[in-house]
Amino acid sequence: MDITSPTFKQNSRAALADAQLQKALGNVRGGFIDKRRKAVDALPEFDALRDNARDIKNHTLDNLDLYLEAYEAKVIEAGGKVHWAETAEQARGIMLDICRAANARTVTKGKSMITEEIDLNDFLERNGIRPVETDLGEYIIQLRHEHPSHIIAPAVHLNKEQVEADFRRVHTHLPASRDLSEPEALLDEARGVLRKEYFAADVGITGANFLVAETGTSIIVTNEGNGDLTQILPRVHVVLASIEKIVPTLEDAAQILRVLARSATGQDMSVYTTLSTGPRRPGDPDGPEQYHVILLDNGRSAMLGTEFQEMLRCIRCGACMNHCPVYHAVGGHAYGWVYPGPMGAVLTPSLIGVDKSGHLPNASTFCGRCESVCPMRIPLPKMMRHWREREFERGLNPATQRYGLKLWAWFARRPALYQLATSIAMPVLGLLGRGKGRFGYLPLAGGWTKYREMPAPQGRTFMQQVRGRKAVAKGLAEGLS
Amino acid sequence: MSARDAILNKVRGALKPHAGDTSRAALVAERLGNAPKGIIPARGQLPDGERAALFCKMAEKLSATVEHVASHDAVPAAAAAYLRERNLPASLRMGSDARLDAMPWDQQGALQIRKGASDGSDEAGLSHATAAIAETGTLVMVSGADNPTTINFLPEHHIVVVDAADIDGDLEAALAKIRTRYGKGQMPRTLNLISGPSRSGDVEQKIILGAHGPRALHIIVVGG
Repeated sequence: MDITSPTFKQNSRAALADAQLQKALGNVRGGFIDKRRKAVDALPEFDALRDNARDIKNHTLDNLDLYLEAYEAKVIEAGGKVHWAETAEQARGIMLDICRAANARTVTKGKSMITEEIDLNDFLERNGIRPVETDLGEYIIQLRHEHPSHIIAPAVHLNKEQVEADFRRVHTHLPASRDLSEPEALLDEARGVLRKEYFAADVGITGANFLVAETGTSIIVTNEGNGDLTQILPRVHVVLASIEKIVPTLEDAAQILRVLARSATGQDMSVYTTLSTGPRRPGDPDGPEQYHVILLDNGRSAMLGTEFQEMLRCIRCGACMNHCPVYHAVGGHAYGWVYPGPMGAVLTPSLIGVDKSGHLPNASTFCGRCESVCPMRIPLPKMMRHWREREFERGLNPATQRYGLKLWAWFARRPALYQLATSIAMPVLGLLGRGKGRFGYLPLAGGWTKYREMPAPQGRTFMQQVRGRKAVAKGLAEGLS
Repeated sequence: MSARDAILNKVRGALKPHAGDTSRAALVAERLGNAPKGIIPARGQLPDGERAALFCKMAEKLSATVEHVASHDAVPAAAAAYLRERNLPASLRMGSDARLDAMPWDQQGALQIRKGASDGSDEAGLSHATAAIAETGTLVMVSGADNPTTINFLPEHHIVVVDAADIDGDLEAALAKIRTRYGKGQMPRTLNLISGPSRSGDVEQKIILGAHGPRALHIIVVGG
């Protein structure tokens, strides 16, 4: 997909002016937050489970080489095949080889952000293979030639009237007079259309929420059941997963599962949690004849051992974006690549470079809600700050910002001068702005006053107030002694 | 260099383990060998009867329907009544589970039993759960000829039989049973944890039942 992260500011402006989008984003603000809150309140052990989930993943990442080897050995033992891919290009190549070996014409897909990351659908189409998304949200955006705007609710930027229009445009074999005004009818129609595709598919592709080293098992969680039909009906099941999805044992997966669904949708468990180990066994009447796993690095190993290692704990629940005021305002597409919201603001620069995505870690008010709800306790604001520092070190932000900061830093390092300057400037500004108490325009602060008014300073400066209070406190202390 | 070696080298390069350090390998082997349990929520840790009651309550909260029968012999009548009450064809898809085979299906007259995996043409399927989890109202289903995985997903209505004695408090207890049955480090081809009928919230975040899996999940609890 085209990366539009460099134009984040323009994307955001367009998003704010998009009435349909703004209506749809109301569904994010409304639903997710309350549902999560209720589920969390109903489980007294939730915070202790978060700590444990964090520790499990830290331990796994510290020993990732060993767990990857253990996992691989168990997949092979169960009759599966493991493929390793350093880059997106290698992963696409492996996928194409598997599809060609199966003479695949149609492949069904369970919802998978990692296939978005490697741009798999476009690639398969260019090679004469038809990919069919089966998650309802993914199916809708595939019909629209769009990308997900949310990692667990891919079509959250759309309203039902838009979906109805797409279904009428594409499902021309159905009577034009049918009623599609309610979401129930839309779901029913997609169910009917996709049922046929599951049976027609030669290969089923899913992602993985976890890879279990103890048993060589891949785990997916869904609510629709589409991931399951994708992987049990075709002859070949391919799991595409990045290397940090590993957990040591089934017990470890059980711990993290308890925080995953609650953080994502406010469910105790998703409807379907499916553990898959190898291909069909002797005597099995169903299930795939081949089971492949493609282990993708694509930039993860380069995050290990850096200040961004903790981001590899992410389990893609979406809680950070569900609680983010910036995401609420502009939606996911404005972020310009696969991963939106706070997790995207940290992960995207790691995967495609901060030179292309420097706006993302800057698109934060640092309100800290993302970190406060993250089930894996990832310090997202801290890592956004790391990116801002790297951006500054590499001279990627605009010259005015850099020189402005340098000028401020020069003053800030000279407290006497700084206090003198502010003690002169504040009363002057206060005097100039006394009429309205605020400024509609200020020289050198045009970036601020273009969108909002600047309040006029009132009274004494901060340092003067501190000195005043200290003097009072001292007087009180002396009076008491 | 293969992609495998390149990735593992990069991981090792980043983690910088000390040469000759065997403590990491020992730690990893220990965790894989012992599979320590983490935090088990108190919610499901109940005496037998209360545990089964919690399972039923949680499953109903997830929009499953639940009924109780005294013995396996009563299951065919309950299943036939379920179909009749919903005006469904008197036909059930099921696998070759010995517990299901031993039930008196022939007493249900017109009820047609179709054996084997589902081909997508079944209105209703019946499976026997391996276990259930009270904490979350979840059914634990194991793949194979006994209870083919396709029956869990393709029929519009899924009826699941579970013995009250097989209802565990938590997921870890159910996993321990799987380990005992299949051996340490071994798993069935597919283990399905099912919590309610299928659903989607992808259109305007409105939750609708009956996405790609069953529209209805009916649980028959035997005994207890």
